[in-house]
Parts: sequence; C-alpha cells; structure tokens
Amino acid sequence: MTGFRSFAIVAAIVSIGGGSARAQEPALVADVSEHLVAITSGFTGKEVLLFGSTDGPGDIAVVVKGPTGDETVRKKTRFGPIWINSDSVTFRDVPSFYRIASSRPLEEFAPEALLSRFQIGEEYLRLETEGENPEPARVSEFRDALIRIKTKDRLYDESLGAVNMMSNRLFRTSLFFPANVPTGTYFVEVYLFRNGSVASAEIVPFNISKIGFGADVYDFAHRFSWIYGLLAIALAVGAGWVAGALFKRS
Amino acid sequence: MQIYLPIAEMSVNAFLILGMGGAVGLLSGMFGVGGGFLMTPLLIFVGVPPAVAVGTEANQIVASSVSGVFAHMRRGNVDLKMGAVLTVGGFLGSGIGVWVFSILRGLGQIELAISLSYVIFLGIIGALMLWESLPGVISRRKNAPSLSPNARGAGRHTWIHGLPFKMRFTRSRLYISAVVPFGIGFVVGVLAAIMGVGGGFIMVPAMIYLIGMPTQVVIGTSLFQIIFVTANTTFLQATINQTVDVILAILLLIGAVIGAQIGARIASRMKSVQLRSLLALIVLGVALRLAFDLVATPGDLFRLGAEVPE
Repeated sequence: MTGFRSFAIVAAIVSIGGGSARAQEPALVADVSEHLVAITSGFTGKEVLLFGSTDGPGDIAVVVKGPTGDETVRKKTRFGPIWINSDSVTFRDVPSFYRIASSRPLEEFAPEALLSRFQIGEEYLRLETEGENPEPARVSEFRDALIRIKTKDRLYDESLGAVNMMSNRLFRTSLFFPANVPTGTYFVEVYLFRNGSVASAEIVPFNISKIGFGADVYDFAHRFSWIYGLLAIALAVGAGWVAGALFKRS
Repeated sequence: MQIYLPIAEMSVNAFLILGMGGAVGLLSGMFGVGGGFLMTPLLIFVGVPPAVAVGTEANQIVASSVSGVFAHMRRGNVDLKMGAVLTVGGFLGSGIGVWVFSILRGLGQIELAISLSYVIFLGIIGALMLWESLPGVISRRKNAPSLSPNARGAGRHTWIHGLPFKMRFTRSRLYISAVVPFGIGFVVGVLAAIMGVGGGFIMVPAMIYLIGMPTQVVIGTSLFQIIFVTANTTFLQATINQTVDVILAILLLIGAVIGAQIGARIASRMKSVQLRSLLALIVLGVALRLAFDLVATPGDLFRLGAEVPE
C-alpha cells in the first residue's frame, strides 16, 4: 500500500520535473542489475547493483523498501516469577525491508521537510498504529523496539550506504539483501536533489521470490493445506511401517 | 550440509537434525517413550519456530508410533476397544487443542503456553518417577504389594466405579465406565496438540493408576491411540496453522529410527531401576531448563509477534 502511495507522489514529481526539463531527455534514469532475485535452497544473500545517470550535477538519495505488512510488537513484563507478553502495539504497512544510501550525508543537501515527506531515513518512516491512538510515549517506545529488532535481523540498516558519483553524470551503489530477506515486490526509490529540492525521482521495482523445491512445498502447504496434511500423515504411516518391518527382521 | 526447511523458513544443518533425531530415538528405544517431550524443546532450542516444532513433531510421532505398535499387536497387547474409546476422546481433545493453539498464537501467548505446560507436566512426572526409583521407596513397595499398580479388584472401589455408561473391556479384563478413558483421551489430546507430544508420558500413568489397566496392554494401547490423535493433530495443524514441515519431519524420522534400534539394545543390558531414574533425571532437566527461560530476565523485553488473526 505504502509502495503505491509513494509511487503516486513520485510520479507526480516526475511529471512536474518533466514539464520544466526537455521532454526527450529525462533528468534521471536508474535501473538495477537484476529484476528477479531467486531464493533457492542454498541462498546466503545477494548483492544487487543499482546504477543510473543524471543530466548534470546533483545529489542522489536511494531508499529501498520491501513489501509492507502489519507488524505486532510485544513487550514482556514480569508477572509473579515469570516473564510474559503483556502489552502489544500493531503497526500498519511496515516495510519488511528498509535501507537508504546517498552520495553525501543527507543533511548536507536535503532539507528536513523533504526527507520527512519522502520518508528518507528511519526517523521519518511513517508507521501508523492500528486502532485508536494510544499515548505517544508508549508508541515511540514500541516503534524504537520495532526498528531495533529489524536492524538486528539485518532487514533495516541505520548506516547510510554510499552512492558513488562519476563525473556528475553516472552513479552506482550496491544493495545487499541478507539470507533472511522477505519475498515479494521491492521498490527502489531514487531521488535527485539539486539546490535543496527534488529535481527528479524514479522508482525501480524488482522481485525477490523463492524458487525451487522448497518454494513448491511452501506454496503447496498453503494452497492445498488439507491435501498436504493428508500426504504428511501418509508419509509418516508409510515410514513407520517400513521401520517396523525392519525392526522385526533384526 | 545446510538444508532449507520450507515451512520453518530457515536453513539448518542436516546432520544436526539427524543427530537430534538419533539421540531422542536412542532414548525412546531405551525407555519406551515417544520422545516428543524431548524433541519439541530441542527443536525450539535450535531456532525452529515453536509453532512449527509442535506441528512437525506431531507428524513424526505418527511414524514412530506406527512402527512401535506392530510389535505390540503381534503379542496381542493392544486393547482395541479401549483404544477406540480413548481415540474418540483424543480426537475431540486434539481438535480443541489446535483451536486453542491458534487463539493463543494470535494473542502472542503460545510460547508461554507451550513452556508452562512443559514445566508443569515434566516437573510433576519427573519428580514422581524419581521418587518411585528411590531405593527406600522400592523396598517399601516390595513389602507392601497391595500398592503396586496392578493391584485391582473388590477392595479397590472408588468414585470412578460409580460413573455411568459402563462398558466391558475384555483385553484389559475391566468393566468400567467409558467416561474415564474418554476423559483421559480428551485431556491428553488437548495437551498433545498444544505441546507437540504424543502424550504417552501422561497417558501411560493415567491408564495404570486411573483406569487400572494391566501393565502389559498399556504401552501397546497407548501407542495405538497416539497414532490417531497425532494424525488428527498433524492434519489440523497443517490446515489451520500451516505449521507442519515435512522435510524436517523426514530428517527427524530417519535419525529416530536408527537411534531407537541402538537404544533398544542398550536398554536390554541395563536394570529397569537404573533406566527409570535416568529417564526421570532427563525429564527433570528439560523441565528445569524451560523453567529457567521463563524466570530469567530476557535480553530484549520486546519482540515481533505473529500478526493478530482477523
């Protein structure tokens, strides 16, 4: 959902930018080296190259967002002698993966208002809570925990990745996706900043999906769960039968 | 050799899982228990999500119970009628257990429920077994044979014998109310679904002490019942929670079959008292380990939970 929403905003900017520049030469072009990252049984992570060109000097900021979903953060408290999950906050449309990269430190070229508007940086991520609005202090505690856990799982990264610029025209950066990366459609948002405003922007979508035997098993277990259940039982009964027969012989 | 588990969504070392299956199989061969109560916590320790550990373990127990029940069938040590009554109760119990499981999972309390059930039941049973294997208790037993589990008959008439729906169980030489085995089957079914165990370690004492069945038909009948209840649990976990990982189940199974063979051979060279006290110590050890995790201050008070179901 968020992906589409920001897509709409970026699309609006692109059309504004396109109006002022010459239509046949876009201010910003970007693409990734792979549009489909396959997670196979031996997947240990993958590096994807993002590259592109601009029509002149400027700064590049890159935001990578994974598929969004609801996330529930639970907090344990002591209840008598044991620790139990007692409080929880559910955040809506949380990107499962979030990472940023830029050609220079963000504050050197981008005003805070724009960073906030385009959600560039973890502190600007708009994470809305489910249901009625609880007190802000509690939400920010849970929000910090969400980002901390995601960072520990290497799905979020506070540190800014480096975008290399070449002769003010070409740029490139490498995006790393760890082994536990969630599957789905990813959006790489590329922003060209010039004189403290966004001169142009582009979104490059690509897919990360499971491929091979494991993916087929997972898919089958979810789509035909009752057949899967029956097969699992049949397999167990068969295996037990064989083992019983072997046991009898020895 | 790393292998990807499609349902658990993680990579594990295949030899680690085979080894765990082998070790638990060894114990189950030695002590004649299913081993689910050891395997499920072990799987959780190596990082398998608790929900997947429980669902998958139910699947593996189907296989180990099928392989075990044949030997007992051949010797006529399965009371099919008693097994059928226990199974009806067990079906109902495991159905409710899986439903409760899915609610607790949504509330974020499933890990607590699994750990607490383990600590309580393993603690009680381990302590009882250890008490029974103490030298003093054994010698007192010998002097007072009327306390032995097989003592039944006219002198032992309790409230249990006053219940309605009496049935005759020829194999077990019993004429008792069907409510008792039905109730036991039900309770064990609920626990089996929540804890990912066959429930033999609860069922066997219950059959001996509460129903008063002869010891020789207890193991076979309990295995017979466990097949159906764990098969039902497997099916329900697969359809409601999608938490049965067949790849993991197959790996565990291979290890368990080999381990059980070796275990049975070791057991034949050990005294039964030694076996019992050893098993009691293992059971208590698992209970204490899980209790420690519940009481110890967690490293991070926050964690991401499963989404709350609609």
